[in-house]
Amino acid sequence: MTPFRVSIAAAAAALILLAVVFELIRSRRLQERYALLWLLTGLVIFVLAIWRGLLGRLSDLVGIAYPPSALFVLAAFFVLVVLLHYSTVISQLSDQNRILAQRLALLEHQLGEERGRDSEAP
Amino acid sequence: MATSTETLQASPAAGQRRRLRTLAIVPAFNEADSIGTVLEEIRAAEPELEIVVINDASTDATAKVASAAGVSVVNLPFNVGIGGTVQTGYQYALEHGFDCAIQVDGDGQHDPREIGQVLAPILDGRADLAVGTRFVTGGGYRGTRVRRVGIRIFAGVVSLMVRQRVSDTTSGFRAVNRKALRLFADQYPHDYPEVESLVLLTRHGLCMVEVPVQMRVRETGNSSITALRATYYMIKVLLALFIGLFRRYPTPQEEP
Repeated sequence: MTPFRVSIAAAAAALILLAVVFELIRSRRLQERYALLWLLTGLVIFVLAIWRGLLGRLSDLVGIAYPPSALFVLAAFFVLVVLLHYSTVISQLSDQNRILAQRLALLEHQLGEERGRDSEAP
Repeated sequence: MATSTETLQASPAAGQRRRLRTLAIVPAFNEADSIGTVLEEIRAAEPELEIVVINDASTDATAKVASAAGVSVVNLPFNVGIGGTVQTGYQYALEHGFDCAIQVDGDGQHDPREIGQVLAPILDGRADLAVGTRFVTGGGYRGTRVRRVGIRIFAGVVSLMVRQRVSDTTSGFRAVNRKALRLFADQYPHDYPEVESLVLLTRHGLCMVEVPVQMRVRETGNSSITALRATYYMIKVLLALFIGLFRRYPTPQEEP
């Protein structure tokens, strides 16, 4: 069985995470679409922290002797998922950034050419 | 919080119509098959209207077809989604000094012959946003089940939040005046913007009305929203609405 103090600490940590994410969204520093995974992480950790029986059964199922370790594993798993998600987001952003730079360069060039033509005209 | 009646009185008096310049914003993503007809129909129904097509990086001939129709076309450099696309239209309207704007989707589900009806409350100064709605008496609409359920849920939540009965929160057939135009050009929600923007508008002290219209079955193409995505969007939008309750919203100032 999970030690009682571990459950309380884990639940508190999950609640703090949820509160921080909430405040970040509220103050518009975090978009909802990037917050959903964090919220899911916080919720799952919170539920498993206070529902001690479920955590015990889950650790039994995968052969973890000490239930709080299962909590760790799960948290680590979620962090991995979030990181992977961000990797895809960064890839997309860098692609879009390149496209923007190219469009801008071409437009600037076109603008320069048109200006040049205007000044040549009588 | 300002109720709709209070803001109503703040709006310009009805009947005092000067000639208002109105822009039709047509967001389009891969609508090459339908957009030509839509543009023709808008011209036929409302010849006074200026039209801009915002092309959300379509991979088909949408931009070509629109240009050939002789309307302004703004091409986004990559796909930004419906929210960003429509907002680009609002920014275009703002920069080009339009007084009002009406969004007409490029897929043909909005009947351009009803533009006049949707626009009327705006031109009369009765509201800041007018939404062409399918559920009010007279509108017929059939969609997928998930969408219908989602529309119901949103309608309930949004009605509570804006303290006004809203029967269809997801309609994109909507007209705005200059005030709402400025607000939306500045901030407009992403992925599934219709629902959130209603709350945004009323929380900023502006008011909206619904106008019953007949939606048509999409002429071509599939709705980009599948059941799974719809569920995801629903959770996302509900979250956004919930958190929005804890934000403060300044009432927009008169234009300098």
